[in-house]
Amino acid sequence: MKENDNILEEITQSEYKYGWTSNFEMDSAPKGLNEDIIRFISARKEEPEWLLEWRLKAFRHWLKMNEPKWPNVKYPKIDFQDIIYYAAPKQKVKPKSLDEVDPELLETFEKLGISLQEQQRLTGVAVDAVMDSIAVATTFKEKLGELGVIFSSFSEAVQVHPELVKKYLGSVVPMNDNYYAALNSAVFSDGSFCYIPKGVRCPMELSTYFRINAANTGQFERTLIVAEDNAYVSYLEGCTAPMRDENQLHAAVVEIYAADNAEVKYSTVQNWYPGDKSGKGGIYNFVTKRGLCAGHHSKISWTQVETGSAITWKYPSCILKGDHSIGEFYSVAVTNNYQQADTGTKMIHIGKNTKSRIVSKGISAGKSQNSYRGLVKVMKRAENSRNFSQCDSLLMSDTCGAHTFPYIEVSNKSAHVEHEATTSKIGEDQLFYCNQRGIDTETAVALIVNGYAKEVLSKLPMEFAVEAQKLLAITLEGSVG
Amino acid sequence: MLIIKNLKASIENNEILNGIDLEVNAGEVHAIMGPNGSGKSTLASVLAGREEFEVTDGTIVFEGKDLMEMEPEERAKEGIFMAFQYPVEIPGVSTTNFLKTALNQIREYRGLQPLDAVSFLTHLREKMKLVEMDQSLLSRALNEGFSGGEKKRNEIFQMAVLEPKLSILDETDSGLDIDALKIVANGVNQLRSKDKAVIVVTHYQRLLNFIIPDFVHVLYQGKIVKSGTRELALELEEKGYDWIKEEYKSTLV
Ligand SMILES: Nc1ncnc2c1ncn2[C@@H]1O[C@H](COP(=O)(O)OP(=O)(O)O)[C@@H](O)[C@H]1O
Ligand SMILES: [Mg+2]
Repeated sequence: MKENDNILEEITQSEYKYGWTSNFEMDSAPKGLNEDIIRFISARKEEPEWLLEWRLKAFRHWLKMNEPKWPNVKYPKIDFQDIIYYAAPKQKVKPKSLDEVDPELLETFEKLGISLQEQQRLTGVAVDAVMDSIAVATTFKEKLGELGVIFSSFSEAVQVHPELVKKYLGSVVPMNDNYYAALNSAVFSDGSFCYIPKGVRCPMELSTYFRINAANTGQFERTLIVAEDNAYVSYLEGCTAPMRDENQLHAAVVEIYAADNAEVKYSTVQNWYPGDKSGKGGIYNFVTKRGLCAGHHSKISWTQVETGSAITWKYPSCILKGDHSIGEFYSVAVTNNYQQADTGTKMIHIGKNTKSRIVSKGISAGKSQNSYRGLVKVMKRAENSRNFSQCDSLLMSDTCGAHTFPYIEVSNKSAHVEHEATTSKIGEDQLFYCNQRGIDTETAVALIVNGYAKEVLSKLPMEFAVEAQKLLAITLEGSVG
Repeated sequence: MLIIKNLKASIENNEILNGIDLEVNAGEVHAIMGPNGSGKSTLASVLAGREEFEVTDGTIVFEGKDLMEMEPEERAKEGIFMAFQYPVEIPGVSTTNFLKTALNQIREYRGLQPLDAVSFLTHLREKMKLVEMDQSLLSRALNEGFSGGEKKRNEIFQMAVLEPKLSILDETDSGLDIDALKIVANGVNQLRSKDKAVIVVTHYQRLLNFIIPDFVHVLYQGKIVKSGTRELALELEEKGYDWIKEEYKSTLV
């Protein structure tokens, strides 16, 4: 309906539309990585001693680790000494409210379609905006505060609620979990912290918007979401970056903790710069996202729409520890031109009567490579656990690749694991049928692809669903015919 | 409205249409009959602009415009509609959403404002009545899991919604029981008007009892080998196609 008109409009303007840069006076660390840099970051953030020690410990782990080679992606070796690990737009004073935020920063987000001032007034979504290494502003803080909901930048949480951060940081993704998680633990810049106390249903969507602006900079944000007993929160994450010829590294960590009966919905629309048509530039998106269903009857749902990045390497996972806990993963991953995606999930069933559901819709176009990689693991104690996985691939060209790597490990006989997979090519017949009704090919592709991904898109909060539909259309523009 | 001259078309170097001449004027209904494999669907597809078929000779002029210069969607926007012999399924896309997208693209082409939700639904309801289309089908994914008859009815429904100038129905009668056939025919008849034309492609004359054609043409081996009025269809029903084949062969000698 209305969305389709918008898609039409959007589709006529090609290329990545978030590719501009803003000019800010920056406060940056020198290039390279060593213990002094980590001390520099920690000092800039006025962190407590324990956190510096935690970072240094992670760094020492990282030094001994090797880059993972198993993902189905190819890229030149990354020179970790050629990256800037801390860059922040200089703000004269620490803003206490939106009125004190540098207007140019606000303008940057305005340009991205995220008006922080508007957000203040409009109901619905509380936003935390992060540019390069620092959080720009968080909206709706007071209103949330009345309910005891904490929603702030990570750095602020370290200052204001150190006991909570200390308790949960690294509890779901240990600092030495994997190469990029260790790197993130050592140098993480900022991100969001979100705490929902017992029995509170967060009345609005919480949203973080990430923007990489500075050149030669890595972005290493860290998000921590804690939902106490009977709490509920729906959390959204969006991201963009300027177009640059060189690749930029983004290695984030997201940890979710759900106590008894708690529910967390985490939605991502990932639209980092994917590189140009010939495969030059783009973000390396190496991300660790994991949720721990610690309490009984807890539930964590991941919904992701992945359209950006030159390379995506991420497996939002659920550890179903509490009895009767539920993990869900809904994913649409689109790759075009020379993009590569190796993404999927891990569902680890530990508790009894745990359930998981995986719906993955891959769409590959151009010369891209799109892999689904998923693990369903049922441990000995997980009586009566259930999993259902549906992995579909849609091919838009003869030159792209779609791959499915499902791993299933079951150590309990009462478990029930179901896996279905399909691969189809977008049909000439379907396109002709649409054309014959007066629908041009670009719109027809958008229509067919959105139909294909419907089950996942319908899981997104309304505002995001519209955005995501447009993104799919733009990403696939010119991929057929 | 439509003037086809010496149309030849082939696929993978096999000539399938062999020099077709046909003129259809506004207000007329033409039936195209012929045995299986004679090229009926090919003719319909070529008119609709299907790219698999290569037009090797001849001209097609629609409302004074060279059809061959147009993409399939442009032809549709100019007012050509084809009801498919085998309608296509599009998972996850409701008939309503599909038709709204189509109608608004057509309207845009004609310089009209897109219909708002309310006017569109009113328009849709009116047309639903015409072909006794069930509401529940409209919210389901397009043609997905539809029975053969439902798919055919949906084609005529789409035709009613999009209001084309020239409709080409390719074997819309096949797979329909007599009640459904009447509904479909009734729908088509209600849309007949002096500024619209219909080409009914069919194997059997059955449908022509309900949609009375002004002209009947017999297609055989990619050529129109005989043209006449409704009586020709009745004759074909009685005698089959063999005598046409014989007659055609004798002209070749
Ligand atoms: N896609 C195709 N590839 C090869 N041959 C085709 C194709 N479509 C149709 N034909 C051939 O063209 C001839 C006419 O087919 P068609 O137009 O479908 O006939 P009709 O609709 O009259 O039954 C047949 O011999 C058929 O085999
Ligand atoms: Mg046919």
